[in-house]
Amino acid sequence: MIIIGERINGMFKVVKEAIQNRDKTAVQDLAKRQLAEGADMLDINVGTASANPVEAMRWLVETVREVTDAPLAIDNPNYETMKAGLEACKGRKMINSTTGQIEKLDIFLPLAREHNASVVALCIDESGVPVDVDGRVMVAMNILAKAMEYDVPIDELYIDPIILPVKAEQRGPGIVLESIKQFAMLADPAPHLVIGLSNLSQGAIDRKLINRTFLTMAIGVGLDAAIVDPLDTELMDAMITAELLMNRTIYSDSFLTAYRQR
Amino acid sequence: MAIEDPKERWSAVVATVTLGATSAEGGTRGKTLTIGGSSTLPFLGFDGETPNRPLIAMEVHDVAPAEWPAPLTDSLGGVLGDPAAWAAKCVSDFGADLICLRLTGTHPDSGNRGAADAVASVKAVLQAVDVPLIIWGCDVDDKDNDVLPRCSEAAAGERCLMGTVKEDNYKTLTASCLADGHNLITQSPLDINIAKQVNIMVSEMGFPLDRVVIFPTTGGLGYGIEYAYSIQERGRLAALSGDKMMSPPVIVTVGEEAWRGKEAKATTGEAPQWGPADVRGPMWEAMTAVILLQAGSDILVMRHPKAVELLKKTLDALMQSVPQG
Repeated sequence: MIIIGERINGMFKVVKEAIQNRDKTAVQDLAKRQLAEGADMLDINVGTASANPVEAMRWLVETVREVTDAPLAIDNPNYETMKAGLEACKGRKMINSTTGQIEKLDIFLPLAREHNASVVALCIDESGVPVDVDGRVMVAMNILAKAMEYDVPIDELYIDPIILPVKAEQRGPGIVLESIKQFAMLADPAPHLVIGLSNLSQGAIDRKLINRTFLTMAIGVGLDAAIVDPLDTELMDAMITAELLMNRTIYSDSFLTAYRQR
Repeated sequence: MAIEDPKERWSAVVATVTLGATSAEGGTRGKTLTIGGSSTLPFLGFDGETPNRPLIAMEVHDVAPAEWPAPLTDSLGGVLGDPAAWAAKCVSDFGADLICLRLTGTHPDSGNRGAADAVASVKAVLQAVDVPLIIWGCDVDDKDNDVLPRCSEAAAGERCLMGTVKEDNYKTLTASCLADGHNLITQSPLDINIAKQVNIMVSEMGFPLDRVVIFPTTGGLGYGIEYAYSIQERGRLAALSGDKMMSPPVIVTVGEEAWRGKEAKATTGEAPQWGPADVRGPMWEAMTAVILLQAGSDILVMRHPKAVELLKKTLDALMQSVPQG
């Protein structure tokens, strides 16, 4: 499973202050800790920390790059900020994200190609978030067609079926699970399938329990990437165990620690 | 619109291990050898590269083996009982890439030779040949924990491949190999979960994974080879998919297992319908070797010169068919 660590986000107090004070240590510490717990990539999000998001994004990317070669997912809806992040990022990188709206795909997919970046594409189109499985499959198919048109390799494409807070829509998790199953059949080899897990438990109680339960269910139907908090040990343990149960890793008695050493 | 290339895309490669050390590196070997490094399943040249040719180690024992069948002893000539001469003949006459010295004489039931005697054999073989050396104990834990550290010390700097460590007996030899700069064989009983666990445990002692070679235990042709094959294949798939603990290259004991079977051992008189013994035995060993090559083997420990010759020809042809990067 590809784990994208979500902690470097300007919405969190620690990161917001670090960005405002240009405190490298706090950010680099978060980067290292997430990687040590099993993150494969790091999400870089300036949130609302700065009145100058372009500058903030550049600083954040360069600061994290000082301590790791891991791929960085540039997380911002604005084209200029995204572009600045990609340009500032040496080495491997990801666009997080584009929607499935045609005009967005026409901008962000070529941008991905230009920077040799992978790209997360959300199943949201001109009509918004689809209400059911079929709606999501349609957006996914459009995304795939556009990806082929712009020569984005399938291995660099991450499709997100959009998980809504369960409190707001209890049919949501079931719809997303079925969508993941169907996305996996849309192409051979299939694109990566990713979700932003934390959104699921927004506003609910026992957030961690909800998050990790859904993650294991999603792994069972073919999810192979997730944007999560790697510092949530129980979540990572559940993910590692689910991968084992799906025969994606070989069992050993030290299977929990082995994953983090790999 | 570009059509996707159907090549398999693996995310990792088999690890490489260097065997032997030249004088520049603190040893006395004529040259070093490297194993591992494949970026694809065995010999699938259209998918990836095989940078290092699998090696043939010939087996030498520190005492003359009791009960080896005539076709085998006849082929080796009068050197059995003199490990230095035996090793030299394997390299000069039979073309072995390296020597695997089995300290069977140290086994309590086969002579119970002491550590000093074992060290003398090791030194004699190191003197007699300039190829890298594998030093393999008698498989009785207490004895090996006494003998092997002394051999490790005596051969310090030669970057030998020493074996073996197991799940319930690994600390002593791992510590010696760490201190003396040797490579280490990690053994498991045809159990991939234990294979992984032993690698994890030696790593936790600080032993570097790029000095580990996996011995998953070998089954001979007709006597469990399919099971051994399936485990090796699973291990190789895991290595190529990024499982670092399964990434080390693999050693297999072809000669020992192949010659257990009656198909290899029986004399022509005992089984005339099976054909002449001097062809049958080496063929049985060569077939075992070729099958295990396909499973993903990087060092094949062999006994019969004719089997070695057949395997070399096979390897020549296979290596010509794959890009070496």
